[in-house]
Amino acid sequence: MQLRHGAAALALAAGCIAGNALAQSIKIAYIDPLSGAFANVGEAGASQFQMVIEDINAKGGVLGGRKLELVKFDNKTSPQESLIQFKAVTDQGIRYITQGNGSSVAGVLIDAVNKWNERNPDKTVLFLNYAAVDPDFTNDKCSFWHFRFDANSDMKMQALTSFIAKRPAIKKVYLFNQDYQFGKQVSRAANEMLGKKRPDIKIVGDEFIGLGKVKDFAPYVAKIKATGADTVITGNWGNDLTLFVKAAREAGLKSDFYTYYGGGLGTPAALGASAEGKVKQITEWHINIPNTPILPFAQEFKKRTKIDLYYGRVNVQMRMFAAALNSAGSDDPAKVATALEGMFLSTEIGDVEMRKDDHQLLQNLYISTFTKVDGKNPKYDLEGTGFAPHRHVELPHRLRCRPPAR
Amino acid sequence: MKGRPHLVAALPALACLVALPFVFPQGFALSLMCQMGIATIFALSYNMLLGQTGLLSFGHAVYFGLGAFCAMHVLRWAGGSGGGGAWVVIALPLVGGLGGLIAGIVLGAITTRRAGTIFAMISLGVGEMVASVAPMFPALFGGEAGLNANRVFGAPLFGITFGPQRQVYYLIVAWALLAAWGMHALTRTPLGRMANAARDNPERAQFVGYHPQMVRFLMLALSGFFAGIAGGLSAINYEIVTGESLGAHTSALVLLMAFIGGIGQFYGPIIGAVLVTFLQTALSQYTHAWLFYFGLFFLFMVLEAPGGIASLVQLHREPWRQGLLRWVWPQYALAALPVALTLAGLIGVVELVYRVAGGVEAGETSWKLFGNAIDATRWQPWALALLLFAGGGAWLRRAWSGVAWQWKMVLLATARGKDR
Amino acid sequence: MEFFLVSLLNGVSYGLLLFMLSSGLTLIFSMMGVLNFAHASFYMLGAYFAYQISTAVGFWPALVLAPLLVGVVGGAIERYGLRRVHRYGHVPELLFTFGLAYLIEEVVHLIWGRIAVDYRIPEALDFGAFQVFDSLYPAYRVFMMAVSIAMLGALYWTLTRTRIGLIIRAALTHADMVQALGHNVPRVFMLVFGGGCALAALAGVIGGNAFVTEPAMAAAVGSIVFVVIVVGGLGSLAGAFIASLAIGVIQTFAVALDWSLLDTFREVGWTGEAARAIGTIKLSQFAPVLPYILMVLILIFRPRGLLGRRDT
Repeated sequence: MQLRHGAAALALAAGCIAGNALAQSIKIAYIDPLSGAFANVGEAGASQFQMVIEDINAKGGVLGGRKLELVKFDNKTSPQESLIQFKAVTDQGIRYITQGNGSSVAGVLIDAVNKWNERNPDKTVLFLNYAAVDPDFTNDKCSFWHFRFDANSDMKMQALTSFIAKRPAIKKVYLFNQDYQFGKQVSRAANEMLGKKRPDIKIVGDEFIGLGKVKDFAPYVAKIKATGADTVITGNWGNDLTLFVKAAREAGLKSDFYTYYGGGLGTPAALGASAEGKVKQITEWHINIPNTPILPFAQEFKKRTKIDLYYGRVNVQMRMFAAALNSAGSDDPAKVATALEGMFLSTEIGDVEMRKDDHQLLQNLYISTFTKVDGKNPKYDLEGTGFAPHRHVELPHRLRCRPPAR
Repeated sequence: MKGRPHLVAALPALACLVALPFVFPQGFALSLMCQMGIATIFALSYNMLLGQTGLLSFGHAVYFGLGAFCAMHVLRWAGGSGGGGAWVVIALPLVGGLGGLIAGIVLGAITTRRAGTIFAMISLGVGEMVASVAPMFPALFGGEAGLNANRVFGAPLFGITFGPQRQVYYLIVAWALLAAWGMHALTRTPLGRMANAARDNPERAQFVGYHPQMVRFLMLALSGFFAGIAGGLSAINYEIVTGESLGAHTSALVLLMAFIGGIGQFYGPIIGAVLVTFLQTALSQYTHAWLFYFGLFFLFMVLEAPGGIASLVQLHREPWRQGLLRWVWPQYALAALPVALTLAGLIGVVELVYRVAGGVEAGETSWKLFGNAIDATRWQPWALALLLFAGGGAWLRRAWSGVAWQWKMVLLATARGKDR
Repeated sequence: MEFFLVSLLNGVSYGLLLFMLSSGLTLIFSMMGVLNFAHASFYMLGAYFAYQISTAVGFWPALVLAPLLVGVVGGAIERYGLRRVHRYGHVPELLFTFGLAYLIEEVVHLIWGRIAVDYRIPEALDFGAFQVFDSLYPAYRVFMMAVSIAMLGALYWTLTRTRIGLIIRAALTHADMVQALGHNVPRVFMLVFGGGCALAALAGVIGGNAFVTEPAMAAAVGSIVFVVIVVGGLGSLAGAFIASLAIGVIQTFAVALDWSLLDTFREVGWTGEAARAIGTIKLSQFAPVLPYILMVLILIFRPRGLLGRRDT
């Protein structure tokens, strides 16, 4: 059952006067798919947010005893529906929103937040983005009211290409992406950065496929095979990734896959053995990095929800948010935003910094390869497949991106 | 039934529409009403095809979406040049309408070559084609994120900027009334009559000297026009248009609205649009299984009330005038309890399955109802739900036969009353 | 050359799968006049049933049991649902199957969740069947083709050589006469509907693990199947066969071509902003849309389809 009772919340909002504001919980609106094709991803994210918030509350809450509270809104992964839900959010007087699934949705929400804050300066809203990685959001579309806690696609590509640059065996790269902003950004960045770091590498293909449109990847694999590519870089996620890798294995394609979302919810299960030794992913954290303090949390999460923890950054985001509330000494979004700017924090997955200029989080990134789990090293498998990301390569976190413009 | 009584009824209705934003001033309620207004135009335009011309379309969103994109381009262009301000916004739905009309003319020329189920299939294919081509042209359709704009620009017109939602609401109401009037007037024209003829008996229509294909084509183009108006309004209302407004989901939704509301009556789709929009927003807040209930409701309507809600209203109308409905009220009251029990049982079973199958709810197998915790992993709630469903169902069968018998009487009496 | 051969094989195997789906749809349509919107949903049910059965008793029993089960479900739906709306006409029938498709998808959500289930190719078929130049062609694809062709043969044999086939063919055109001769036409209808659903399910059983078994798989092929039967000509099995293969092969080869409109525009010397806006799309990106474009072209130049006879 959803935790949402519109009428009750409205009454609460109406009854909220300055006097008892102190006792009020601070609400965060979670605007992500809770029904439709991506509902499982949205629900998994919500469960993790819920658990971090419970943890923060159990340790005394924020601002000297106030509690955080997650309120879920279903946007059905639709930009239009997200706007409707945003209206519901502002209606209930919620001042903080978080979203992650889909750069298309995030772009629309940033616009909506900007517009709203301009029209209602006394009721401003702050947007904490945990997974939408279009680099434009911290660049051309940079907003004071938006903070991103995931490395953007350019930063991830910097890391991937630096990794590739050190591997002379890689000669021919094939780019395989989904036909929308994010996929286009991945392809552009790969072209630019590989051209700089390894001009000798030939980019033998730069393919775009309709988002979720292709069911039979065999023809694409045949095409890649014909080019003789030894490496495929792909920003694909969901079925566009799993079907692709499965088809590649079937046809005996021997190239490696450098992915953005190889460990995303449901993907390891679908990839199964076909990923072994071939699929690499880039993340801010994964379960087989030794000695990360987040491990007990991840295990508890798995026990509670039967889902493997994927977003290290959700914890980072909520810890930073709590810290910013405390250091601002207020629940006013403008003050919290100012406190977040340039904040440095030691978190469960390492040290992170919120860059002041463009509100982009700087954090460590890891490249890992899917490997058969042997119970010791790597120790933990994903989604009961017996396979997990391993043999990580850590990358320095001060990755430079293009100079920010505000 | 002619002219004047309609006017008398229209005035209070109009007053209601004007007063609504003051009764429900919350932003969320207001935007819901705006959605309903847009959906009303869209569903009515759909019924020009399904109800009046007998064309079942699975791709009507194309005209809605293309209209919306046309309007959005004009809005962006006007916003960029800063000229016109509120005037542009007021006239914008017309731009959308023209976009829909042009799309209707171009695509209708292909799709209306056939009628019946074949038209349905072709409309589906054409709809899919447009929907999957659109994302390939980001310059025109904005890709996955769609196109957005700011509806507030230029000098205010008598203080109207269309910034506040309430002003947009009145704009939508005005256009909805205008469009509904237009579509209603169209049913009285020779074209509207010929559309009915082409629906019921294309051969005879041909004998009278009309070309059914031409009639279908004209109706489709005009219906595209009105769908485009709805699209233009949605561009203003949301300040964003995305590819999904062209897609199969939107097409399916408008079909559901028109059908559930009732395609046999002009006002049917209005009921459907309001109801479906409301359910969509309200139900999804309470249960993840809302799409399932929705599908079930639709199938139930197809099987038991193919005329939609409007046909049920229509059924009660004549007995009501003759005061015969009092015969059925007691029977309805008797049936109400078993209906409620059956529904409760059904909902219980569905919710329990949802919890246990756990497709969505990550591990949450228990939830609270009226303060009591229900645990789906135990057998008691299952037994209770199944018992309710089976027992309620059996009782309902008996109670319903009473209702059916009473109705037979009422209908007989009504027919006699009419004869007199 | 290697690429050409592999692509041709891929195209044909995809085309045959499409035919398995469209043959059932065509049979049902030509017999009952019912356009089964939910046809692809039975394809999906087939895949899910097969997944469930194969986790319990293995793939081979699933190959037989899943289509039979779905056939029974289909027959029941015809008997208790479709037959009741039949009296209202064809459009309500179509609406019924539309609602059914919607409901089946939700039921699948309900029972199996929203993400893909792990329905795998059986170990016994997970190897390279034969060498195409220097790459192995997967055995499972060969198996898919074999099943499709076997099914095609069986269907042909049933329709032309058996008594029930005779009745079905007679009921196609002269339902009343067949009824008058003492055959139970409604039961024949039920049988055909169930049989058509079983065919779709068989396609699901062998397609579900080759591609992916997920709730969106019905919608993904549903409209393509409609395109196939419009292009092939309504009610024509041979037409559906040709159209399936054509669409399978065309789509597969379109993927391979990196030719774009921009090249053509450059040829004729048009390099403006507008040219760049619409010209940068490659034909390979266009591949998923090609079936629809083919359908529109057919409708313009040959409205009754490739081999269609009836003009409605």
